[in-house]
Amino acid sequence: MKFGILVNEGPYQHQASDSAYLFAKAALAKGHEIFRVFFYHDGVNNASRLTVPPADDRHIVNRWAALADEHKLDMVVCIAAAQRRGMMDDNESKRQGKDADNIHPSFRISGLGQLVEAGIQCDRLVVFGD
Amino acid sequence: MSEEMDMEEGGTIKKFMFVNRKAPYGTIYALESLEVVLISAAFEQDVSLAFVDDGVYQLMKGINTDGIEMKSFAKTYRALEGYDIEKLYVDRESMEARGISEDDLIVDVQVVSAAEMADLMNEQDVVLSF
Repeated sequence: MKFGILVNEGPYQHQASDSAYLFAKAALAKGHEIFRVFFYHDGVNNASRLTVPPADDRHIVNRWAALADEHKLDMVVCIAAAQRRGMMDDNESKRQGKDADNIHPSFRISGLGQLVEAGIQCDRLVVFGD
Repeated sequence: MSEEMDMEEGGTIKKFMFVNRKAPYGTIYALESLEVVLISAAFEQDVSLAFVDDGVYQLMKGINTDGIEMKSFAKTYRALEGYDIEKLYVDRESMEARGISEDDLIVDVQVVSAAEMADLMNEQDVVLSF
């Protein structure tokens, strides 16, 4: 089955991202396809490359990145939600005249159309949120 | 919408339902839900909106956000018709529990029972819950 995943909550504050990650891992292990993981609302904070959790805790951002790199997952951060929360990649940072960027390279920034497209293309779109 | 429109899909039309469960201004869910709704309309999908629990407050007449320094987006619900989004369903029990009647709402809606809402959800291809 072809799955799309929507993550609507930030890391650590809420379990949504953990549950989405575990779901994605389990689905891939069963041979299913993950068409796209889309990060929306505070979920965009899952893409910060500056995240530093305590050493004995799970690293939610790096864990997503490792799964994505292993399975060539398309992980998309909503640009509108990211902008209003101070999340930007190198290109966007330059465009906005900012002096830093913070999006992990395993994620990419794009529009909400990518979420709607996932809804159209996938057999199931699974929402993880509050 | 600030983001660029993504390419259109090859004629696939799916039934999308957006389930709005949160009050309009305590959190950003309602506003960011509307942003996806408008994008999905641009993709010419079969879109419906459901309002349940505190989500029914999103459609209240006479909302004034001056005192909380937030932009009111109530008029966006009135504009949905222009995007061919005319299927708005409101959960009867949620309205009654909050002392709200249809006359209190800024747009024409269909008031449905929980059982009817369940049937409507069951008919959908994609259900996004915010």
